[in-house]
Amino acid sequence: MADSTSSPAGPRVGVVGIGHGVFGRRSDASVQELAFEAYREALQDAGIRPAEIDASVIGAVPEYHKQRSVGGVIQEYLNLNPKPTWLTEVACASGSAAIRTAWMAIRSGLHEVVLVIGCQKMTELSTAEILALMGRVGDVQWESVFGTTFPGYYAMFAQRHRHEFGTTDEQLTLVAVKNHYYGARNEKALFRKEITVEKALASDPVASPLHVYDCCANADGAACLVLAAEGRARQISDKVVWLDGLGCATASMSVLRRPELTGLPSAVAASRQAYAMAQTTARDIKVAEVHDCFTIAEIMAYEDLGFCAKGEGGAFIQEKQSYIGGSTPVNVDGGLKAKGHPIGATGVSMAYEIVKQLRGDCGERQVPDADLGLTHNVGGIGQYCFVNVFRRD
Amino acid sequence: MFEWFGKVCYSPHTKIAAFARYLKDGRIMASRCDQCGYRSFPPRADCPECLGGDFTFEEVGGAGRLLTFTRIDAAPAGFEDEAPFIVGVVDLEDTGRLLAWFGETVPEEEISMGMPLQVVPRIFEETPEIKVYYSLERPGTSWVKGDSA
Repeated sequence: MADSTSSPAGPRVGVVGIGHGVFGRRSDASVQELAFEAYREALQDAGIRPAEIDASVIGAVPEYHKQRSVGGVIQEYLNLNPKPTWLTEVACASGSAAIRTAWMAIRSGLHEVVLVIGCQKMTELSTAEILALMGRVGDVQWESVFGTTFPGYYAMFAQRHRHEFGTTDEQLTLVAVKNHYYGARNEKALFRKEITVEKALASDPVASPLHVYDCCANADGAACLVLAAEGRARQISDKVVWLDGLGCATASMSVLRRPELTGLPSAVAASRQAYAMAQTTARDIKVAEVHDCFTIAEIMAYEDLGFCAKGEGGAFIQEKQSYIGGSTPVNVDGGLKAKGHPIGATGVSMAYEIVKQLRGDCGERQVPDADLGLTHNVGGIGQYCFVNVFRRD
Repeated sequence: MFEWFGKVCYSPHTKIAAFARYLKDGRIMASRCDQCGYRSFPPRADCPECLGGDFTFEEVGGAGRLLTFTRIDAAPAGFEDEAPFIVGVVDLEDTGRLLAWFGETVPEEEISMGMPLQVVPRIFEETPEIKVYYSLERPGTSWVKGDSA
């Protein structure tokens, strides 16, 4: 097997511009208009002109858009023709796949400045269309025939985690309470109000043991990064944040072919790759963005990423170790839970927040001394996982 | 004939289509690679080990233990009439795993992690077309008998 952790020769790759639209039910905007909001901010942040962009990579999941091949309409609306563009799709991790391919394009020397856009317009679909899509998230041959759903899969992980480690429903809920606490303080978030454990536990059941408040919400939105090769990056910006560690791994589509159901093996593998490439460890990560599509997913992420030992994720949130002031602050922008989850945008939104944290621009949500940050972006139930490590000078 | 499998079947075209006919006859089948003997449940036509493309169906016993489960209240399209329903994942004694609904022999309050279960082939009786599936039942529950061997 090739060693995916070794660093191929090529320029270091840095983030020189970031942009983020407001996530929510955006019945006021088309998908290309959402993309433009994030694009405008990113270009203004970088202080570059469109002509300086060599190529763009778009992370989005096609089946949610009425517009087929959405990359084409975005590239046109951004007025970037005839520059190259392409789309990356790995379910909810599509945005991180766009970042990874942009990094590859720059590292290879093919392009010097690459735009990354993560975007998703999810509310164009009718409830019936959403329900039909919801029924095909698992392996359609052996699992979807029994009406399995996305929350249903994570619920089965939660049952296993409760059974093996004694994780409680209240501990699950505390993840949502934390993420709403920080979401209330993020102007780009969908839900901007705090919740209580009591309210969360009393919310409607979705798939036992998960309730409505254990689940993130679909949303519309976009986020954008400008990545550049080191020499060019230093010309553009004096606050470059470097993408120094990349990890990516997969696991079986079918839950029937997973060795165990208390974590995501793809997240463990991807994080070890990213730590090795960035020559760091979980202990040194000062702030993290993890894929909390469901509360159990954040608890498993603490363990898979090595922020705590296996089985101690419930205690980790109970002791507030993932709050600012704890051992590893996690999702202090509200996470998918409170910020909303426009699936193609999410991975790029995570990178946006980490860059902002490493620049020290997060105001009351700022993690002190944040010099090393991590994103953990999961596709499906861990069929795909991308972990990236960012570092400031 | 794989369109027989499941209340809603999304993938009627497959090289292991005969699985559904066996199920209608009351038998749950795994696959065994003709070349290297690799065994798989769910069955698969192509061997991931030796890359062989020829296989033989082999019956599995259907006894197993509950690995995990969930009660789904928010159902997807095509399953609204069934909700709420409980799905479980069973580790089979023979080989592999299987996901299915709990049948009537196991009341919700008796479901517990690790409990022994028997997978039983079933036929949907309320649909005009042939529709087969399997359910998770109390050990000792008899199999639906097919009318052909």
